[in-house]
Amino acid sequence: MQCPKCHAPMHTYNRNGVQIEQCSGCRGIFLDYGELEALTQLEAQWVKPVPPAPPAAPQAYPAPPAPAWGAPHGGGHHGGHYGGHGGHHRHKSFGHMLFSS
Amino acid sequence: MSAPPEVLTALTARARATAHPGAGPASCSCGSMPLADRPDATVVRHADTVAKAHAPGTDPAGLARRLAMAARLPDVLLPPLTVTPAALHDRLVTFWPYGAPVDPDDPDAAPWEAAATLLARLHRTAPSGPLPPMRGPAKAAHALTRLRTALGTTPHPAAGPVLQAWHALPAWARAEAPMPGTPALCHGDLHLGQLVRHPAPDGPWRLIDVDDLGMGVPAWDLARPAAWYACGLLPPEEWTRFLTAYRRAGGPAVPLDGDAWPALDVPARALTVQTAARALTKALAGDRPLDEVEQALVDACARMTPVPHQLTHGFPG
Repeated sequence: MQCPKCHAPMHTYNRNGVQIEQCSGCRGIFLDYGELEALTQLEAQWVKPVPPAPPAAPQAYPAPPAPAWGAPHGGGHHGGHYGGHGGHHRHKSFGHMLFSS
Repeated sequence: MSAPPEVLTALTARARATAHPGAGPASCSCGSMPLADRPDATVVRHADTVAKAHAPGTDPAGLARRLAMAARLPDVLLPPLTVTPAALHDRLVTFWPYGAPVDPDDPDAAPWEAAATLLARLHRTAPSGPLPPMRGPAKAAHALTRLRTALGTTPHPAAGPVLQAWHALPAWARAEAPMPGTPALCHGDLHLGQLVRHPAPDGPWRLIDVDDLGMGVPAWDLARPAAWYACGLLPPEEWTRFLTAYRRAGGPAVPLDGDAWPALDVPARALTVQTAARALTKALAGDRPLDEVEQALVDACARMTPVPHQLTHGFPG
């Protein structure tokens, strides 16, 4: 089948009986009805529970959108910027990067 | 890697001669100052004149076209003093008026609005004649070539994510296919070192460095700040200022409102990979570990291709 987003061909993977179509172009994944639940169950069997994440710091304005590959605690989500702001100094390495090809 | 001493000496002489036309070889009281000495360019300032020796192997016809474009757009690009490159040893040399750069010790004063507005104007400009492709993807590919060379002698655990993220990019972003969409006039290498005030010290901001100027995907010019923001390096406020100013100036690279990331995603991934590759190459050359900023770039590369890894290796079965 073709990816509905970028129209590249999708390849089928079978993992523990769950058919997963993945796009060869954008790496997007297509799941049939019930497959997400099946994967979630599989994951629950294999992944140990993790402690809940600490609550996000309150923010005056919603952060601008960021891509899925962005930094989990940066990229507009909340806090944790290496660059530093709000009166902090930028990391020296990033200061150099701002001016480099 | 810096230029041979004879190039630096001759470049300094040319800068002085251009600053004081008709003055002859007699020495003047103003000193000369090297502004940059990198593999891709050597730049010397003398009084109000800057002479730039372009990278060895620079295409003369392409550079001439790019210079002509800069001369035609003095409200966006710093206009060159001469529109024909001069030859100096094996290098091509161009001459520019001096402009005051962004203070590297005060990047908080970065002119994000001015940068965005200049880019929007540039992207909306119809080129007067044929221009080569914007060189952004070619520069990214070059950074990856250098990384592979460095890895040939010294393997590194961060190399895997960077190389995988590179191969997951569409061919055009790796300079292996023509760029898609309606081509726009692009700068090709935007960062804070590419902005100067002219006349110094407080004239309007202008873009400098035409080496990568050309036709292509305009989102590439927004993608370095976008990548810094996505990697958690640039604060959201500064990213918002940049993107908002670009939209207000009618820039065509992103939709006027709504999520800009569908347009930014591929170039921002490419710039993240390029920056990570450069950082890793430097770390290998210096035999030092990655610092936390460099590691943030590698981590972002690793997050770009997590799914195939999980599908092929991570699941039990």
